[in-house]
Amino acid sequence: MTEWFNSLADTFYRCFIEDSRWKWMLEGLGNTMIITVFALMIGIILGIIVAAVRSTYDMNGAAMKKKGGPAYIFLRIGNFICNLFLTVIRGTPVVVQLMIMYFIILINVTNGVLVAIIAFGINSGAYVAEIFRSGIMSIDEGQIEAGRSLGFNYIQTMIFIIIPQAVKVVLPTLFNELIVLIKETSVAGYVGVMDLTKAGDKIRGRTFEAFMPLFAVAAVYLVIVIILTRILRIIEKRLRKSERR
Amino acid sequence: MKKTFLSILAALICMTMVFSMTAFAAEAAPVSTVEEGVLNIATNAEFPPYEFKEGDGFAGIDIEIAGAIAEALGLELKVNDVEFGSIIGGVQSGKYDIGIAGMTKTEERLQSVNFSETYAIGVQVIIVKEDSDIQTADDLVGRKIGVQQDTTGDIYCCGDFGDENVTEYRNGAEAVQGLIAGKVDCVVIDNEPAKSYVAATEGLKILDTEYVTEEYAICIAKESEDLLAAINGVIKDLQESGKLQEIVDKYISAGEEAEEEESK
Repeated sequence: MTEWFNSLADTFYRCFIEDSRWKWMLEGLGNTMIITVFALMIGIILGIIVAAVRSTYDMNGAAMKKKGGPAYIFLRIGNFICNLFLTVIRGTPVVVQLMIMYFIILINVTNGVLVAIIAFGINSGAYVAEIFRSGIMSIDEGQIEAGRSLGFNYIQTMIFIIIPQAVKVVLPTLFNELIVLIKETSVAGYVGVMDLTKAGDKIRGRTFEAFMPLFAVAAVYLVIVIILTRILRIIEKRLRKSERR
Repeated sequence: MKKTFLSILAALICMTMVFSMTAFAAEAAPVSTVEEGVLNIATNAEFPPYEFKEGDGFAGIDIEIAGAIAEALGLELKVNDVEFGSIIGGVQSGKYDIGIAGMTKTEERLQSVNFSETYAIGVQVIIVKEDSDIQTADDLVGRKIGVQQDTTGDIYCCGDFGDENVTEYRNGAEAVQGLIAGKVDCVVIDNEPAKSYVAATEGLKILDTEYVTEEYAICIAKESEDLLAAINGVIKDLQESGKLQEIVDKYISAGEEAEEEESK
């Protein structure tokens, strides 16, 4: 029993203490968080733009077609581009997109973390767009009619009435996207970025121990996700205060 | 909670005991392998000309040497293509019989596995773009260096030039792509694959000064001493009969060597 414990302590020492290997884990965790947070920011901005175009087309396209004019043509082109973007981004694996970004498109950017932020941000944007669109479409049409009849124009109705309600609807799904994104960034190692998974890999490669580094990496991801889930639960509770159920 | 933990612990200990017993049982037979009658080798087939994918199968110096060993021991060869960093772990845990992947004997690796006699000499060289201002290994200080993760080149560079200057790629080809794309200033990698990469790519050259010279060996689990002895015997035979040189010459053509001499 003590022998087993000693060997465990020895493995722990080799994996994390020797050569200050824990610093790799810390650096990796830092990069994972940086990539996730900034990618989600890009994702949300991109997502709102795409969702706005797509839902406007879905809701008003038919009416505008009758009227015609340049506004309708712009909207149609915008909708086509957004659809193409969604199809391509959602239809290809994120690892492939990341490598295309790193080796082909962003060839002049030497900072791997920045490339990863952009690649994951664009990827996330496609998913966030559909999340937002479903949120906007889920709000009852009567809400728009009510807003318009009170003298708001279309954009005002959107900003003051529809979007606040939509955010509440999409928040759990958006949070889910954040959780998925954190774990997706584990492929950043493909382009030489030292993220949490790569840090574990590096320790594995140096010590030839599989158990300790892999479980440590898994545990760190798990703890982050558990914390985020807790936060989400608190936010949801607060938002539910206004509901009559 | 405590009880569950204890019972899990007990189960783990039981499993360890059972596994160690099976290991003892296996040791009794002469040249026992993981799978009876099969020599399971672990390699990373991204390292030409030592090992690479060819058609549906694998080819290269290491693969042929492994084939010769399997033949001499009357076993069937089975190649497992895994990541370089997973080879030693796999051999150690008894998933594969041997690891043969242009692997250098180092003190750190010797803690986990045994190594056979040296079967080839490897040289770590530096690949740069033709117009690069890097002339010798000393010029690498403060520059961005690309390597294949977990190789000796990676370990030496991290030690000599600092982790923050070393970008680790999954395989050598990606490191070279990183160099072409300008993500790194040079790539440190073994001489033989370096020649293949440079031959296949315009605008790259290998520096004349070598970074490190090292000896390639086969890794074998510490428990399999009989297999180690048998493999050492086969390597000796292959060296004496000239078969080993024949295999190396087949992949590293004499013409390329002559060209090397000329450029020097």
